This record gives sequence, C-alpha cells and structure tokens, in this order.
Amino acid sequence: MKPFTYSRATSVADAAKTAAAMQGARFIAGGTNLLDLMKLQIETPTHLIDVNHLGLDRIEPTPEGGLRIGALVRNTDLAADKTVRRDYGVLSRALLAGASGQLRNKATTAGNLLQRTRCPYFYDTNMPCNKRKPGSGCGAIGGISRSLAILGVSDACIAQHPSDMAVAMRLLDAQVETVGADGVARAIPIADFHTLPGDTPHIESALKNGEIITSVTLPKPIGGTHVYRKVRDRASYAFALVSVAAVFGKDGGGRFAFGGIGAKPWRTPAADAAASSGAKAVAEAALSGARTTYHNAFKKTLVERTLASLYRQKEARS
Amino acid sequence: MKFDTPATTNPIDKGRVVGVAQDRIDGPAKVTGSAPYAYERHDAAPNAVYGWIVGSAIAKGRIAAMDLRAAEAAPGVLGIVTHANAGKLGKGNYNTAPLLGGPAIMHYDQAVALVIADTFENARAAAKLVRIDYAPQDGKFDLNTELDNAVKPPDSGFGGAADTAVGDFEGAFAKAAVRIDQRYTTPDHSHAMMEPHATTAAWNGDKLTLWTANQMIAWSVGEVAKTLGIPKDNVRLVSPYIGGGFGAKLFLRADALLAALGAREVGRPVKVMIARNQIPNNTTHRPATVQRIRIGADKNGVIDAIGHEVWSGDLPGGGPETAAMQTRLLYGGANRLTAHRLATLDLPEGNAMRAPGEAVGLLALEIAMDELAEACGVDPVELRIRNDVQYDPEAGPQRPFSSRKLVECLRTGADRFGWSKRNPTPGKVRDGRWLVGMGVAAAFRNNMVGKSGARIGVDGTGKVIVETDMTDIGTGSYTIIGQTAAEMLGVSLDDVIVRLGDSRFPASAGSGGQWGANSSTAGVYAAAMALRAKLAEKAGYPADQAQFEDGLVKLGNQSQTLAALAGREGLWAQDSIEFGDLDKRYAQATFGAHFCEVGVDIDTAEVRIRRMGGAFAAGRILNPKSARSQVIGAMTMGAGAALMEALEVDTRFGLFINHDMAEYAVPVHADIPEQDVLFIDELDDKSSPMKAKGVGELGICGAGAAVANAVYNATGLRLRDYPLTIDKLLKAQMT
Ligand SMILES: Cc1cc2nc3c(=O)[nH]c(=O)nc-3n(C[C@H](O)[C@H](O)[C@H](O)COP(=O)(O)OP(=O)(O)OC[C@H]3O[C@@H](n4cnc5c(N)ncnc54)[C@H](O)[C@@H]3O)c2cc1C
Ligand code: SF4
Repeated sequence: MKPFTYSRATSVADAAKTAAAMQGARFIAGGTNLLDLMKLQIETPTHLIDVNHLGLDRIEPTPEGGLRIGALVRNTDLAADKTVRRDYGVLSRALLAGASGQLRNKATTAGNLLQRTRCPYFYDTNMPCNKRKPGSGCGAIGGISRSLAILGVSDACIAQHPSDMAVAMRLLDAQVETVGADGVARAIPIADFHTLPGDTPHIESALKNGEIITSVTLPKPIGGTHVYRKVRDRASYAFALVSVAAVFGKDGGGRFAFGGIGAKPWRTPAADAAASSGAKAVAEAALSGARTTYHNAFKKTLVERTLASLYRQKEARS
Repeated sequence: MKFDTPATTNPIDKGRVVGVAQDRIDGPAKVTGSAPYAYERHDAAPNAVYGWIVGSAIAKGRIAAMDLRAAEAAPGVLGIVTHANAGKLGKGNYNTAPLLGGPAIMHYDQAVALVIADTFENARAAAKLVRIDYAPQDGKFDLNTELDNAVKPPDSGFGGAADTAVGDFEGAFAKAAVRIDQRYTTPDHSHAMMEPHATTAAWNGDKLTLWTANQMIAWSVGEVAKTLGIPKDNVRLVSPYIGGGFGAKLFLRADALLAALGAREVGRPVKVMIARNQIPNNTTHRPATVQRIRIGADKNGVIDAIGHEVWSGDLPGGGPETAAMQTRLLYGGANRLTAHRLATLDLPEGNAMRAPGEAVGLLALEIAMDELAEACGVDPVELRIRNDVQYDPEAGPQRPFSSRKLVECLRTGADRFGWSKRNPTPGKVRDGRWLVGMGVAAAFRNNMVGKSGARIGVDGTGKVIVETDMTDIGTGSYTIIGQTAAEMLGVSLDDVIVRLGDSRFPASAGSGGQWGANSSTAGVYAAAMALRAKLAEKAGYPADQAQFEDGLVKLGNQSQTLAALAGREGLWAQDSIEFGDLDKRYAQATFGAHFCEVGVDIDTAEVRIRRMGGAFAAGRILNPKSARSQVIGAMTMGAGAALMEALEVDTRFGLFINHDMAEYAVPVHADIPEQDVLFIDELDDKSSPMKAKGVGELGICGAGAAVANAVYNATGLRLRDYPLTIDKLLKAQMT
C-alpha cells in the first residue's frame, strides 16, 4: 500500500469537486474492494475521499412508483429491505448470493457496481495485464482463463465483471444517479454504465473524472417470478462461473440478465424475446457473439443448462 | 524406554482419563485470544519491527541487478537483507531450493529480499520499491510434457523403495479375466492452513530465539543451525500454538530464516509473516500426480495382479509424491508392481501435505476399485472385503499386520450409512432436481512411530507438569498429553499442566505423518513410568505394587499424597520412548471406510455432498472428541480435493496463478453437511504402550474417492481427473 492522504467529504458536491481537483483521488465506501487492491498496489490512490457520511444510505420510494437506493446503502440492508424483498426479489437474491455476511455488511451499492475483475492475472503485479497496466499485454489470453468472460471481450482483455448485484440491477433496468465535478446531476441507464474493454480495458465505467454515484433507482415493480441462480465451484462464498437473473411473467414472457460471462453484466433484447421459446432459444440469443477460450468454453453450455434449470423449476411451480 | 515387545496390561488400560472424550485444555486460552501465536509475541520480544518478503517475479533465471536505493530511502526502512549481504548460508536437509534466493532463481516467489521497517505498512510499501532486473531462463513447468523424461528417484525418505515388484505382474495381468487399466490425475494442492507461516526472531549476542509456527521443533533447530552456520545450542525455537500446518510447517521456511537474518541486520527483534498470496508459490505444496493403475482379477473380483505407477515432478534435488505406497499394502494379489517416477520441474517445491502419498494415491486407487467392482458386478463394499489381506502382501504371511480391521470398518460403516439402499445402476435415483448417488472408498494410512521424549514432574501442590517439544497444530496434543499424564499419575486432567513446543524441552517426535499423537504420548508414558518409580521409591513402596489414584500413591491401605512426596522442590523424571523393530516385523497401518452421498444437479452438474460417513480403526482413540475433529476436518479436505482444490499452473510463466484464497477454493461450511464418524474398538499392542495409532491423516485418505464414486453412481459419469468440477462434468456428459 502506498501512503495516501484522507479526507471526509462534507457534501456530495464537495466530494465530486475534490475528486476532480486532486489527481489520484478516489472515493472510499465500504473499502472491501479498494483496500484489498491498494494493499497489492494494484490501485495506488494518493488521496481517499470518504463518502460514508453524506446521508446516502437511505432507501426511499420515487415519485414514479420505483425505488431510490442510496449509494452507501450496505448490501446487507438492501437485501433485507421489505420493499426490495417484496417487489424486487431478484435483487435481494442476487445480493445474498454474493460474498459473505461480513463483506455484505460493509459493501455498498456504489462500491459493488464498481468492484473490479477477479481475473487472477490482474491480481498478480508481476504478470502482464492491460487492465492494470495499459499496454503490458493480457496474461489471461493463452493462460488460465476458466473464470473469465466470453461476451463483450476484446483482444486486449477478457476479464469478467464479478458482481451479482449489478446483474439484477441490469435486469431491472436500473439507473445510476450521479453528480459531476461541476455539480450537475445525471442519470445513467445501467446498460450504459459499465463499458466494454475494447482497446481500453482500464476504463470500466461511464463515470467522468470526479463524478460520484449518489443513488441507484429502480423503475416501478414489474411483478412476475423473480429468480437468481448462481453456479459456482462451491456452495457459497465464490464468484459466479455463470449466474442468471430472471423474471418470468404470467404471460410466458420473461427477461434475463447474466453474470460471470460478460465483460459487464450481460443482457440482450433477443434473449428476452426468446423467453417463450425455452432455455435453448434464450441461451442461443444471449450467447450470440460469444468468444471462448479453451478453458472457459464450458460456460456456453453452462448458460444453457442454468436456464434449463430455471425453466424446469418454473414448470414445476406452475 | 525401549518399546520392542508388544505391550501388556499397563496403567493406560484403566481408561479413566485416556479414551474418554475431553474438551481441549487449551481451548479457553484460544477462544479468549490469550494463547500467543508466533506473530504476536509482544510479550516475549517487545519492540519487534516488521519484515516483508520480496518474492522473485520470475520462475527461473538470475538476478542481473538489484537496486535497493529507493527502498532504503523509503519511510521507516531499517534495513534490507538480500543474498548480497546475508553472508554465506547453508542449505537445510528438508528444503530443496534455498530459502533466500539470488543471484540464481529457482522458482517463482522464491524470497529474494527482506525489507525491514518500523511498521508493517512501511515494510510492505518499501518492498514494492526494490527494483530487480532479471535474466530469465526457460524452465520446465508442465508435468504432462515431462512424463517421458521422468526418472526413478533414489530410495529414501519416508517412501522406502521407489519401485517394488512381486510375482509376474505383466503375465498375470494379461491373463486376468477382468482388467482395469486407467490413468488418473491429481493437481497440485496448497495446504491453506489458517495461520500463515510466521516467525518473530531475536538475537541475544550469538544466541537466536525464534518464536515460530513450526510442527517439528528438533528438526528445525538443526535446519536453522545448518543454514546459518551456527551451533545448535545457540538456537532456540518456541512454538506453543500453531494455527494449522498440514505439513506446510514441517520445515524451516523463509519466514523463520529471514526473520533471523533480518533481526541480525537491524539489531533488534524482527517478525515476518509470509503473505497469504505468497504461500502457494513461496512455500511447499502437494505435487500433482499422473497415475496409471492396472488391476487384473477373476470374475468374482478377487485380485491376482495389481500395478500402480505414479509420475510427479519437483525441483532438481526434490522428491516424488509417493502415491503408490498404499497399493503395496491395502489389497491382496499374488502379482504386484509399484513404481514412482520423478520429473524435473521448475515450479515451486513440492513436499508433504496431509497424508503425503496416500491422500492422492487413494484418490486414484479407490476409483479403480469402484471400476473393478462394476466390471465384475460385485458390490464395491463386498469387493474390498474379498480382497482384504491380513498380512503385508509384498512380504507374505510372515509379516502380519499388527492390527487390521478394514473389514469391520466396511461392514459397520455400510450398515450405519444405509449402504444397502444404494442402487448399483448409475444415474437411476432422482430427488427433485438432483441425481443422487452413493460411493464408498477404503481409508488407509501408514502408522509411523518415532522416538519421543518428555519430562514430567509433580510440584509441592500435587500438580503434575509435563514438558516436551511436541507441538499442537490444532490437533489436540495438549489434551492427549495431559490425559496421558493424568492417567499415569492418578490425578484429574485439571491437575495437569502441559507445556509444549519449546526446544528447551525434551525432543519429541513432533507433529507430522500422523505419528505425533501416538509417539508423543508414548514418550510421556515412558517419562511417567520413571516418575512413578521415583515416587514409589520415595514412599517406600515397591514400584510394581504401588497404585496411583486420586492424587495418592497407595499400597494396600496405606497411602501418601503426591504433593507430600514431591516436597517443596518437586520431583521430576525424564525419559523417551524408543521404538524397536516391531514396525518391521509387523505391518502397521490405520484403516477405515468412507461413505458419501451426493446430489448432482440434473442440469448444471453442480455437485453437493448430502452426507458423509465413515468407520475408522486406528488403535486406541486417546480423545474421541478431538479425534473426531481430526477425521471430519480431513474428510472435509478430501471433499475439497474431490470437488474443487487445484493450484492452476501457468506453464508459460511457471507459477501457480490462483495463489490466493479467493481463487484457490477450499470447502466452506455450506459445502459440508452431516458427517458421521465411528471409531471401531481396537487396541494395537505392537504400536506403542498407548496401544494407539495415528488418526490425524486417516480421514483424508479415500474421502475424495468416495465422493467421486458417489458422483459416478449418481450420474454414470466416470471422471478420473481431479477435481471433479462443473466444466469437466459437462464435458463428460456431452461425449
Ligand atoms: C472475498 C470476497 C468475496 C466476494 N464475493 C463476491 C460475490 O460473490 N459477488 C459479488 O457481487 N461481490 C463479491 N465481492 C465483492 C464485493 O461485493 C465488493 O467488494 C463490494 O461490493 C464493494 O463495495 P465497497 O463499498 O466495499 O466498495 P469500495 O471498496 O469502497 O469501493 C469500490 C470502488 O467503488 C468506488 N466507489 C465507491 N463508492 C463510490 C461512489 N459513491 N461513487 C463513485 N465511486 C465510488 C471506489 O472508489 C472504488 O473504486 C467479494 C469481495 C470479497 C473481498
Ligand atoms: S483478461 Fe483483462 S484483467 Fe485479465 S489479464 Fe487480461 S487484461 Fe488483465
């Protein structure tokens, strides 16, 4: 860990302004990802701006009938929230499938969205990694890539986005609300929030310099049956090999978002459109354009199987 | 005390304290945080500063240049140790690569520098400023491509001969009615014990003290002395509490050596912990294996030919994974062959991990037996019973087992588990989304014994004190040693004080190879016999007639208290147990039977263990409570080996790339359901006066194969390449 300075933001606008003004400044929320990466000097901020005391920890209804989730709401609290459990079950389930109880007590909404990849080469500073050190090459391509992405990848980077929460938010068409360094607020549709690696895998979101996340909003509840299925190498406390968030409607329709397979939380309109045609069709649509390695090719099969499992359970219920 | 004839009735047979389930006597200190571990010896070495290890960024080659200026100038830095200023270092007997590398580099993350600073954070930050130019060389990192270059390793170590052959294996195998010939593979494993390797070091003149996490005190004193080139008498090791080892801490490792060098460099105590993500590549691991097993049997499954060949790799000068060992002893058959071949690899060094040899040997052999059972149409439990042999099948009936209750374990275990409900046809049992199957495997682990000493005394208050350099690596040594002393001297366990893990105490067998419990308590037994004689003499009673009960020494209706006999200055005795050739005349081993029920998701191939159960025969079970803990922990480790554990080798860069606990998966609570453990009554009078054997490693032996066989029974998918992960199951399903 490199020495750094620390300050507590006094307001959202102050946080954004300070962040933009100080080169190398970063926000710190729960710290469960940032601090780990700092210890390994994968992240080397010179200044940390603590955003924990800005009152961004509330969950409240929106005038449109949706829900506004503060950027600093802890994953544990969000998963346990009554409204979330009733109206956005997929989100609660996705959260509870992630990390551990202790981590969820610290982890925040914004921090979870911005958590970085679990690519093992990203984590070893002796290895090439374009995301960690632009231009150094990609260690994972041609290396051990079993856990990595098959969709949205590039020749520069095949890292997966590891979040569970974000997959459910993608499914629910959430919007990420921010305030920029200029004090201007905006709402970014979650589909546009995470960026694909392309030639610049070190850039991971649409956030501008200094821009701070204040909340995430969910639209009106969509009803239906909410499921989140996470397939991993052990029963708990592991990142997804494949995860599927789904809402099945009474009309046979459905929508799907995927974790573990994409450079970002993955969703395609074509997969939703195939909902009534069953698991195979949904998988085929979702996996269009997939690029696999020797190690992670199984994820295509696993996506289809996970969907098949969801359909099987849905039928068993009805 | 020499132990060279079978034990007769002795005070341990009373079974008043020994053999009765006891809570750990060190438990309260551990749960209250007052048991000091190696990195927390503020009490013993105040003002210690912090060392951080810099590991090599390449797997093989040389350091061309090292620039320490930035690191030396960093805040708080007190000194840096490298090969350039460490002075001449010897190499210990038990490590393969030098623990401080440079200029030659032998493996990835081999220590090349220790940066010492006033705080942990400063040391870690400054370590990143050490600039090293490497001249890398090509290395050999892929066991599969080196198989043909593998050679027969020298006969040595714990393995005995590299190869054995009896009868005409090839001929008998060719003629057999039923033949199994398969290749099995197991990956590199990491010990993943809870406490990383850690040491606090301090010099007092030319005397060195190391508060360290180490399983084998006496070995390691010698290794420190040899490496530093100082007399053994100048080295003291203190290791009273150890947060798990599994073999990772059998040896002197970089934490201890570099703490010693660092403390010398800066002239004050230094502490060093090997960071979690350095452990897989800096320290030792269990090597990967490729195994070929051939079994020829008649149509009833009775084995006539059994062959087990094993390939593994290690650094030049390293040793093999002796995975064919159990095949020499477990099943009958007149024609036999075992062989070990060793390839040279430039990966980090391989060495012992819990049940070296058997743990991975049985992963393979016990699948092969399942395959044989199916090929013959014989129940897998029955097949193993048919091939039981009460003597060493290589040596013949003149070398019987000291005790062998494999058949009882299989029968009783099968009954308790409800084995009869198993459907022998794979893929037939459904429970909702789960395909359900059951598997069995035999458990086998050699019983080794080693010389072990202790000192035991009674003080003026009647408290009994035991001192030995035996270690407790979480296994429960404190308690069984206390039980032994209490039993021998007729006091309650509360009246015994046990002090362990200090090289000032008599040398013990240490903790390894599941020899520790039996050997070290036998050492305490020996010392206690000597103390009993002294006490009896002082009481004026004939030693062979004195009774030790209730804190009294009795003869008929006379009695005297231990406290009075010990007097104010106390009374002490010291002895050790030395083993004769009973382990040559008799084959000595521990046995068991593992049963497992799994569910495999019909769609996703996720495997979930539903139940594990087993029956085990390992001589006298000294403390049923901690023995059970050992067995369920080992079964858990076996489940990990079956389903998830693997160090992934990057064969381009020559390292284990998944080198942290996020990426190297071990089982979590949710993976492990009900575990039922039954110990079969057994006393082994040829093993030691305790009539006990080891039990700490038996539980991992075969556990993983029972899981794999259950997966087969559930799905009909026979995987021979561990671990049985989802990707492999899906692939098998599609071909
Ligand atoms: C062992 C382990 C296992 C895990 N398993 C899972 C899992 O299975 N599934 C899963 O989804 N996650 C998992 N996680 C990741 C965990 O969910 C994240 O670490 C956590 O959500 C991050 O939240 P945080 O508040 O601690 O973020 P921090 O570490 O504080 O911050 C993360 C990033 O977000 C930025 N940031 C924080 N707040 C704001 C803000 N308001 N505006 C702009 N930027 C901001 C920070 O600058 C930083 O770059 C695991 C983590 C660990 C350590
Ligand atoms: S996949 Fe991305 S994160 Fe992983 S090594 Fe390549 S560039 Fe780095």
